[in-house]
Amino acid sequence: MMKIANKKVSAERLVRDALEKAKHFSDYNIFTFLNEEGALKKAREIDEKIKRGEEVGRLAGVPYALKDNFLSLEGESTASAHILEGFTSPITATAVKKLEDEGAIMIGRTNMDAFAHGSSTENSYFGPTLNAFDKERVAGGSSGGSAVAVALDIVEFATGTDTGGSIRQPASFNGVYGLKPTYGCISRYGVVAMASSTDCVGFFTKTPEDMDLLMSITAGRDPKDMTTLPDYYNADTDTGSDDSRLVPARPSSRGSGTHSAPVVADGRESSDFRARVGVIKDFDNTSVNAEIRDALKSKIEFLKSRGHEIIELDMPSLKYALSVYYIIVPAEVASNLSRYDGVRYGLRSKDSSNLDKLYENTRSEGFMPENKRRIMIGNFVLSSGFYDAYFLKAAKARTLIVEEYAKAFSDCDFILSPVSPSPAFKLGEKVNDPVAMYLEDVMSVSLNLAGVPGLTIPVGKTKDGLPIGLQIVGPRRSDKRLIEFSKELRDE
Amino acid sequence: MKYIPTIGIECHVQLKTKTKLFSEVDNDARGKEPNSCVSPVCYALPGMLPRLNGEAIRLAILAGRAMNCEINPVSRFDRKHYFYPDSPKGFQITQFYQPIIGPGYVELPSGVKIRIEHAHLEGDAGKLTHFDTYSLVDLNRVDTPLIEIVSMPDIHSSKDAHDYCKELWRLMCHAGVTYGDLYNGNMRFDINVSIAPEGAKELGTRAEVKNLNSFKAVERAVEYEIKRQSKLLDAGEKVVQETRGWDDGAGKTTGQRSKEEAKDYRYMPEPDLPPINLSSEFIEEEASKLPLMPSDYRKKFKKIIREDIIEILLDYPELMRKIEELSQSGKESQLTAISNLFVSVLLAEEKSVEYLNDLPSAKDLIELSEMNEKKELSSTATKEVFLRLFDPQMKGRGAKNIAKELGLIQENDLGALEEIVDIVLAKPETKKAQDDFRAGEEKVIGFLVGQVMKESKGKANPSAVQDILRKKLA
Repeated sequence: MMKIANKKVSAERLVRDALEKAKHFSDYNIFTFLNEEGALKKAREIDEKIKRGEEVGRLAGVPYALKDNFLSLEGESTASAHILEGFTSPITATAVKKLEDEGAIMIGRTNMDAFAHGSSTENSYFGPTLNAFDKERVAGGSSGGSAVAVALDIVEFATGTDTGGSIRQPASFNGVYGLKPTYGCISRYGVVAMASSTDCVGFFTKTPEDMDLLMSITAGRDPKDMTTLPDYYNADTDTGSDDSRLVPARPSSRGSGTHSAPVVADGRESSDFRARVGVIKDFDNTSVNAEIRDALKSKIEFLKSRGHEIIELDMPSLKYALSVYYIIVPAEVASNLSRYDGVRYGLRSKDSSNLDKLYENTRSEGFMPENKRRIMIGNFVLSSGFYDAYFLKAAKARTLIVEEYAKAFSDCDFILSPVSPSPAFKLGEKVNDPVAMYLEDVMSVSLNLAGVPGLTIPVGKTKDGLPIGLQIVGPRRSDKRLIEFSKELRDE
Repeated sequence: MKYIPTIGIECHVQLKTKTKLFSEVDNDARGKEPNSCVSPVCYALPGMLPRLNGEAIRLAILAGRAMNCEINPVSRFDRKHYFYPDSPKGFQITQFYQPIIGPGYVELPSGVKIRIEHAHLEGDAGKLTHFDTYSLVDLNRVDTPLIEIVSMPDIHSSKDAHDYCKELWRLMCHAGVTYGDLYNGNMRFDINVSIAPEGAKELGTRAEVKNLNSFKAVERAVEYEIKRQSKLLDAGEKVVQETRGWDDGAGKTTGQRSKEEAKDYRYMPEPDLPPINLSSEFIEEEASKLPLMPSDYRKKFKKIIREDIIEILLDYPELMRKIEELSQSGKESQLTAISNLFVSVLLAEEKSVEYLNDLPSAKDLIELSEMNEKKELSSTATKEVFLRLFDPQMKGRGAKNIAKELGLIQENDLGALEEIVDIVLAKPETKKAQDDFRAGEEKVIGFLVGQVMKESKGKANPSAVQDILRKKLA
């Protein structure tokens, strides 16, 4: 990402290349909007600045792709949903603003499952995005477009959102890094809400170093989002007081060679830091694809060979995570989608004879079947008479999951696990089987319920050439250490 | 049969914060264009998040303490869902499970105590205006902070219902948490009325009348409901649990929605707002800013100001506070006099409401009442100077100067008065009256006093003049 600052290549060249590649790969259906004019204009401005010797930001001229649920002034911010067709935002999301203040250039908005409801990007109003490695397979989701944009090297990085795996799963399906930060690390202001208590803004990158840079730029408190945490990411000391064991992160070091040394403690290069890596017993079972299990095993052996300690974890509450998730999240989804009523912006169904018809028609036409399914589940679990039996019970179970993670992190520094039970599946394979689709999230949703960070790292390919990803999970606010530790897992 | 009515009241109070409850946009839409006080948060654009206005928390603490309520150290917000164009988010942000204000009570002037169950913070909804074939939406009121005060069913007459609402209004105005403009809906009342035969252990089925915006309407609606429900029970019919509307013109309530049709609001904790955690130090510090309340004033001025005058003054917190200010330096007799002037002279003025925001200084008012006590001003002149003290063009000049400029100061100098009396008595036209008086015709003294007043151009103190005349004619 540092090409511009080195002045080896102009911002305009980079943006032109990115736009060309985007068009070249148009059959993958990655972008819902290409920001040609705006991106080139911005690139030329940055080149002018560099020519004049003015200071430019840390991302000056770096082309990136923006998931369609981030509000930006360019293009229509639709979250790939019909009901938001025609909506141009007067507002820029805080995360987008921070990136652009550093000179990053958005070349396009990326396709996603409408309102981020899905695990394959097949629920998009714009049709599915294709997998970067096999066009007959799904990109994963919901941030499918962003993952493929990075995997096909169209852009240096892309934004995503992760409510139950929407960054980590497509990252693993397309062989790139994908981070779901600690809940509250990056502002959600200006990001079309899916489920407020689990939504996280994060990124897709090709290296851990790039991930670190993006996090250092976007982390921190935002007065416009009261759920944001103070900027612990860039704090000198690890402020994670709720973390079990402090492993100070090494000062950000980009470039080559640094990852050949083991993870560093106390800011010094050191060969004797030994991480305690947890492996959850229940995850090594038959529901997980054999090649993924093998990949996990070989990484465990690799870590052992590097002198790290492997700890078996018993986390019995995790088997309830998916059920809890599919109560709490639809409830918040139903609530957050109430505002799309055809009255003020976006789609308004024609020929509605009265107000109820206007609501009914607009929402019937504007939402995808998966949106409707979640709205109905959500409204059901919140109904008077059912609240205690479903929502309240799920909220209590969620507390158990939070506690179980806290306990796990008193025994280990990180947890290593699969991201999803299988590599990228075929297009259409699970579209008509919602439960099978929901099971895609079985290993990813517990992190969102607990608010802990997880990073997908590419660890190899299947016999068929499909990428395999694993996720490393850390305690709340351990994002920086997580990124550092991922370098340890990187293959030579 | 004789029935005992039982009434509980919910009251919505709009708080007078500068900005709205959940975004930084003007909260005072009075006199502004429709939809001109609307933020992207009020408008519920995608991706917008509420941010809590700390000022509303402070005002809620004051409001709570004004009603002798506990303030809960931890409270939370919840979402109350319903579809209607006055609610852009599709839900109202309120406090359903853990409100900020806990139990307390309100004491009516009669001494009756009405317990408060709780009070919570919430955002107001927008306003719809309906026309033949279309409706217009105005979102200016969206997210105006409200506290909803929920009473216990402690009220048993229309008079107490009226007095409770009025006392709540006074408490909120004195606490300074609302503009208290009822006409513009700053306070709105929902009443729950049921009746049960005397001696019955269980309460009857209640009907709710929503959206009353005057004390009189509350009183009339309660009376109407008691009559309506009594008639039903007398005829052996049942009262239906329902929501009713009030037609002020017709003086009637009409059915709107029965229990079966009641909405399911699908309450849910508001995930975008963290809980409100208040330390006891913060609560006490804010609560200490609560000014004197009506009950404090009643106690303090009980022996100085007539009860009915106090009750009127309590409707005008500015006047009551001025009396309080005067009590620091003025004498009791002066407080009595100025209170009377406030009520009988100032409030009789058309412009009195404008004057309330900028009252004369305590110094001016005390000076005025001193002049009256020293008989330098007649009671008519006192009233005239009193009103001039409120005149923006006269303000700050002082009672004495104004009185001098207007030539209203009474002549009390006995030497000077005697000279004038002598002049009058020397006039031939007073000769007959003098004789008549000496002959015992008491009432001609009035004629003579009048002549002296005329000679003095009205400045003579009439009672002093009479004393001198009596001496001279003795």
